[in-house]
Amino acid sequence: MIIRPNIADIKIIGYYLGKIILGLGFTMLVPIAMGFALGEINPAIDFFISIELSLILGSLLIKLCYTEKDLSWMEGMIVVSLSWLVAMVLGAIPLYLSGHWNSYLDACFDAMSGFATTGLALVQDLDHISFAHNLWRHLIMFIGGQGIVIVALAFFVKGVSGAFKMYVGEARDERVLPNVIHTARFIWLVSVVYLILGTTALGIVGTLNGMKPFNAFFHGACIFMAAFDTGGFAPQSQNILYYHSLPFEVVTITIMILGAINFKLHYHIWMGNRREMLKNIETVTLFITIMITFFITAFGLTQIGTYPKAMMMFRKGFYQLISGHTGTGYMTIYARQFINDWNHLALVGVICAMALGGAVCSTTGAIKMLRVGIIFKALLEDIKRIILPERAIVVQKFHHIKEMFLEDKQARSALIITLAYLVLYGLGAIMGMLFGYPFLDSLFESTSAAANVGLSCGITTVTMPAALKLTYIFQMWAGRLEFMSVFTLIGFFVAVFKGK
Amino acid sequence: MKIKLVIGYWLLVIGLFFFWVSIGCTQSVSSTDLINNAKEYDGKIVVYAGEVIGDIMARGENAWINVNDNKSAIGIWTSKDLTKTISNTGSYKSKGDRVEITGVFHRTCPEHGGDLDIHAQEIRKINSGGEIPEKLNLSKRNIAFILLGVLCLTLILKQLKIK
Repeated sequence: MIIRPNIADIKIIGYYLGKIILGLGFTMLVPIAMGFALGEINPAIDFFISIELSLILGSLLIKLCYTEKDLSWMEGMIVVSLSWLVAMVLGAIPLYLSGHWNSYLDACFDAMSGFATTGLALVQDLDHISFAHNLWRHLIMFIGGQGIVIVALAFFVKGVSGAFKMYVGEARDERVLPNVIHTARFIWLVSVVYLILGTTALGIVGTLNGMKPFNAFFHGACIFMAAFDTGGFAPQSQNILYYHSLPFEVVTITIMILGAINFKLHYHIWMGNRREMLKNIETVTLFITIMITFFITAFGLTQIGTYPKAMMMFRKGFYQLISGHTGTGYMTIYARQFINDWNHLALVGVICAMALGGAVCSTTGAIKMLRVGIIFKALLEDIKRIILPERAIVVQKFHHIKEMFLEDKQARSALIITLAYLVLYGLGAIMGMLFGYPFLDSLFESTSAAANVGLSCGITTVTMPAALKLTYIFQMWAGRLEFMSVFTLIGFFVAVFKGK
Repeated sequence: MKIKLVIGYWLLVIGLFFFWVSIGCTQSVSSTDLINNAKEYDGKIVVYAGEVIGDIMARGENAWINVNDNKSAIGIWTSKDLTKTISNTGSYKSKGDRVEITGVFHRTCPEHGGDLDIHAQEIRKINSGGEIPEKLNLSKRNIAFILLGVLCLTLILKQLKIK
């Protein structure tokens, strides 16, 4: 029997949603400050309107739904899934007001793409956008990459046991530190330290590349936020191709890889346990899958001789591959070049890389390395069971921070999520084909959206059908949250209408 | 009368001829055309026109500029001397100079790690850009004031109830 949620359930969801909306609203102070500092008055007003709407909505929800009850698992999951939708709606307001998006749906598309750290974009005339709006585009990637709820947990929630439920709902099932709020703060500390280092590195490279120092450091900060959070937005319409610079590409590759690593692993490296890097199942799997997918891509590109020199292969083939594998979506080629200049094999290599993703408890999307490693280990275990005598006891171990025995429930959980991702990739591809796009193009774009990558082969444009835009928004949302909170939200609505 | 008609006829023909030639000679290719038909244009001299956006990035004796034709921007590798005519580049507060580039198009430039680019031989300024004056949007300002009032009211009501 399905139990209909009562008013207390709805109140507790509304209360925490209100807190998260307040947190999101306050982040708009950053672009407002930027707008005023640079004399961009109209953009600053766009953000004023948006922050006011956010604070009104957040305050009303907190007021009307005030409760002292703690969250249950179901409520925590629903708060998370709704938070991301509300963040999209509110985050899109300043974008739409700027006049650089053709419709509010397009602005919502880019807002979800930003928060979910995807990187697919429908912005128009990006090369003339204000600094304030450009900063916001990248800031939402930074916020989304850490997790919208993490923002609230780190700064606005104190000592709530329900915090862990929201933390898990945001596709982070690992705690770096015993306390989830300390974990959230640690994630922010890591990100801010890397932000300073990364911005400095990119700023220096940009200046040496001939950019004006202010632009170089502004671009450096934006590119860092989008690269570390494996987002993929860039301040200029040509993405990374704008810089025409090998050092810039090398620095972004380093940042993308750092972003694709588990925060727990960052913690152990920070604590001096560098050997963990070499032993961890995720880093080993990441290294192997990068090698395999790059081999496929490079073989395909060599077949057609698109990039005959090693440097060209590195800057075009390897760059797109690593960008896809880490879920970033930075590009040093034009979208249509994937279709015009790459063959099917090379595209399949990139699609596989995008579908796999980075580490769990990182800012990447997709299936993720721990699950791939576990599935592979489970397969090995089954093969051993067949080969070895029946009386033999087969155990499979893997190293993830500590030595662990592989359990059936871990393999089952990894397989379920993997299957859910494969279904999501496939459904998006079918939607693309329904609108007349070829199979491989549709699969490429769908995988990119659902795995929160952002590489595009040219389907994502303002002229694509609204239904396809909505499909990709759904894919970005569901892919980022890794399904559980989305399924819970769907279950909640079913219970509201069918429950007793 | 007949002679005047003949002269008029030939003047018209010559005029149309020069008009056609001038159109043909300066007809620039679009970025979409270059990207979608890169194989056909590879290694050929093309004429490409658009607005200079972002930074002029000097690299030794040469420089990179990016030129946007309202569809996409394409990287132009040029000698630094040729960029001296460019005084404005496109950004939020500035409209960049509109230039016409004549140069060799590369689908995957071997000199620049496979970039799709144009190596400029000539840069001609078509129009000068300049500052874009920002006018305060009054309707947005009014909405912001109204919402500020609503927000204050919400906060006051919240405080009152708590007390």
